[in-house]
Amino acid sequence: MVAYVVRRLAWGVVTVLGVLLLLFALFFLYASPEQMARRAVGEKAPPDALQQWIENHGYDKPKVWNPEDPLDTLLFEHYRRMLTFDFGRSDADDSPILDQIRERAVPSLTLTVPLFVIGLVLGIVLSLFVAFFRETYIDRAGIVLAVLGMSVSILLYIIGGQFLIGKLLRWFPISGFDPNPVLIGRFMALPWVVGLLSGVGGDVRFYRTVFVEETGRDYVRTARAKGCGDGRIMARHVLPNSMIPVLTRVVVAIPFLFIGSLLLESFFGIPGLGSMTVDAIQGNDFSTLRVMVFIGALLFILGQIATDVSYTLVDPRVRLE
Amino acid sequence: MQNVVVVALLLGAFLTFRMARRNDLWRGAGRELRRRRPLALAVVLVFVVLALLDSISWIGGGSAEDEGNALARHKPRSVIDRLFPADFRERSYSAPLADVEFYGGAPLLHPRSHLLGTDILGRDVLHLTLKGARIALLIGGFTSLIVIPLALLLGISAGYYGGRIDDAVFFLISVLASIPSLLLLIALIMALGRGPVQVCIAMGVTSWVGFCRVVRGESFKLRELDYVQAARALGVSEPRIVWRHVLPNLMHLVVITFVLLFSGLVLSEAILAWLGIGIDGSWGQMIDQARDELSRDPIIWWNLAAASVALFGLILAVNFVGDAVRDVLDPRTLREDR
Amino acid sequence: MSEAVLSVRDLVTSFPIGDRRVPVVDAVSLAVAPREVLALVGESGCGKSVTAHSILRLVPRPGRIDAGSIRLAGRDVLALPVKEMREVRGRVAAMIFQEPMTSLNPVQTVGDQVVEAIRLHERLSRRAARARAAELFESVRIPDPHERIDAFPHQLSGGLKQRVMIAMALALRPQLLIADEPTTALDVTIQAQILELLRELQREFATAILLITHDLGIVNELADRIFVMYAGKIVEEGGREDVLARPRHPYTQGLLRSIPSLARRDEPLAEIPGVVPPPAAWPAGCRFSTRCPRVIERCHGEMPEMTSLSERQRARCWVVADEVGR
Repeated sequence: MVAYVVRRLAWGVVTVLGVLLLLFALFFLYASPEQMARRAVGEKAPPDALQQWIENHGYDKPKVWNPEDPLDTLLFEHYRRMLTFDFGRSDADDSPILDQIRERAVPSLTLTVPLFVIGLVLGIVLSLFVAFFRETYIDRAGIVLAVLGMSVSILLYIIGGQFLIGKLLRWFPISGFDPNPVLIGRFMALPWVVGLLSGVGGDVRFYRTVFVEETGRDYVRTARAKGCGDGRIMARHVLPNSMIPVLTRVVVAIPFLFIGSLLLESFFGIPGLGSMTVDAIQGNDFSTLRVMVFIGALLFILGQIATDVSYTLVDPRVRLE
Repeated sequence: MQNVVVVALLLGAFLTFRMARRNDLWRGAGRELRRRRPLALAVVLVFVVLALLDSISWIGGGSAEDEGNALARHKPRSVIDRLFPADFRERSYSAPLADVEFYGGAPLLHPRSHLLGTDILGRDVLHLTLKGARIALLIGGFTSLIVIPLALLLGISAGYYGGRIDDAVFFLISVLASIPSLLLLIALIMALGRGPVQVCIAMGVTSWVGFCRVVRGESFKLRELDYVQAARALGVSEPRIVWRHVLPNLMHLVVITFVLLFSGLVLSEAILAWLGIGIDGSWGQMIDQARDELSRDPIIWWNLAAASVALFGLILAVNFVGDAVRDVLDPRTLREDR
Repeated sequence: MSEAVLSVRDLVTSFPIGDRRVPVVDAVSLAVAPREVLALVGESGCGKSVTAHSILRLVPRPGRIDAGSIRLAGRDVLALPVKEMREVRGRVAAMIFQEPMTSLNPVQTVGDQVVEAIRLHERLSRRAARARAAELFESVRIPDPHERIDAFPHQLSGGLKQRVMIAMALALRPQLLIADEPTTALDVTIQAQILELLRELQREFATAILLITHDLGIVNELADRIFVMYAGKIVEEGGREDVLARPRHPYTQGLLRSIPSLARRDEPLAEIPGVVPPPAAWPAGCRFSTRCPRVIERCHGEMPEMTSLSERQRARCWVVADEVGR
């Protein structure tokens, strides 16, 4: 197993190198250092100021190839800094990126972790319930509701949620964030509800399919022939055997909890990593952007490995070599 | 030019249906599908027709009323456009079937003829909504036309041929999958530009990975099947094996993926529209523009409602059809003779 | 005479095919006496498995038991509330299935699965139940029973898995063991071992067995009485000797004739012409009429009744009825 993990990590490193290259290419396809300088310093800034900014931020080097000193290129710098975790400063406001990450991680996690946990439990419980009653009216109604839920754009959930609860009923504020633990719930309630509603349809649809498939298997028939009750069958036989597809879907999502939800944070004014990323994109802030993508890629690869390892925990037939 | 594309598409669709009809499996599947979800199929068909009608456009013609109008004479107008008078705009908002403007109460140029009201620029909301169908189908259909052949090509190459090709494809898949798709999408659009074709290409690039993985896995399995090995032993050339044995066995996955991908793509575009990089004229853009209309007092609801209902209606219908397609084309139900 | 362990009367179980409901088990009656082995024989699709599943109310949706009565050890199975039915399953009657590969929970040890079977019906500590499971493993001749208890199904061969299934089924000493094609999925040599095992266990545990199979060879080994099924109906029943040596129904005769024999090895293989009609396309009248070598006019119009040939042997055939009438 250790050999497997090591091999996957090595492959992961290669992938990350590829990701960084792609990112570099994409970014410099559409943004030039002049544009970035102008955004940071100001549209009307004199050429010297722009040039100064460019030099300060090290964007005056050739992009890929420098005949005088092959190592003195933007590309090389790009790789060097990322691989040494030297995140540097944001292009937009010169703030140290690492500090920004530390500050913004908490709001993001406050949003995503409870959302994830509740969503997971809710999804599985509802799906077990619906799968248990498969082919009956409960099941059919459940599927229809799930498809209905899946078919509504998250935008509409957000707009609807903000309008209904924020404006009409005035139960919760429609946006903003307060780190005070007592008040957090109030600000998170709406994003949580919106996140849950928009996700539960797709989850139930997926889990139900998995559970129903397992319910039709021979060993379930054996369990019934032994005298197992239906509740016991769902919990002790179906669920444990469904874990592989469930884990595949779930474990990969965990690392991204850290990045936060780009959409929910932007809409609801939550100062987390997600909104920072969106700002970076719209502001051509390459420094910040590459850090976020880099972290995202790392987390993704870790998530993949974690998923594979988790398979061995739930299914004795799986062996990683 | 666009008209030619439309005709070509129709021809292609017609020929595909003819080919599928001859195959028992597909004919049976089609019948099952019609039996299970007739309503959803009908709704999807309605949208398709709307999209087609909006794709066929030409200059000139039109009613006498439009004769004097410069727009009518020089701008190509589609069948949908011609359902409405050429110069149908008001100055700004107006409620459905109203005869005065929403703000100020000045009389409208076309009182009581805007079934769904007008938006901030005075454009008829019904007209905009109908035209949105074409954009939606463009997003779902055109992008899928990029995604599916690409995923098939790379997936089969990787799964069937294996070796170096597999390593290369797998590397590509890993790299693309590691980047949060929304980020990649935005970055691509900013790099490629904001036209509809570019947006579709960007969405295509971010969506092919999932299907490709599935194709790759299936191709691995198919390669080991008895009759494929038999064909190889008989000396049948590899491309021919792929064409006659591997590809047909992936078709059911193609259909399922196409339908399920469709709704995902349209919904993604709505999010892009909110970020300001969607396709002009899409329902997502209408929703984005109508975002703060709900916070006005009195609220303006018709713009948002029309686009939302249209978007929801199409996606819901496609999802229901997609579900039924998945059930019908499940390899297990295909094999049993229930 | 003691009461029958299992008494099935005019059982009708139907499935929806297209837009109709077709009775794939069509008024089937049979009875199993204590400690008797009754073989229910027929080709694939004749309804024998569905009959077996119906006895323990295990018919999968959308199938449904429509009519008839099933009495297990004196209790009316079809009238039992679900809770009591669960007590019956495993304790009064137990079932083993055809595919040992997939009939065991892959993520649970085989020991745990047997323990579950025990503790569902008896209040035993885990320890005691485990001990009992080990004993059962010995009874079914699983080598190294105390190690095998903690094995997972994928670590066992097909034959061993089937032994585990048998152990699980006999754990509570049921009065009836329903064996649905228990050896079909196994290698021939293993088949013989499992049959041998079943025969011994049947004596040891004093269980009656309802054996579902299409293999007449197995029937010869184990059965006391034989019921032959075709297209949802019992077409012949009788003692083993009678049915195998002196079959009266044309279908049974055809089946026995089609067994390849060393004695007749220079002759072409005999076969029953045509194929078994699917439930959706059953002919009117006798369902074997389209393939029967002795068919008469009456067969096409009327479903034959059972004709008694002796105290124990009966056949459902107009030609036989005529013969007896004379």
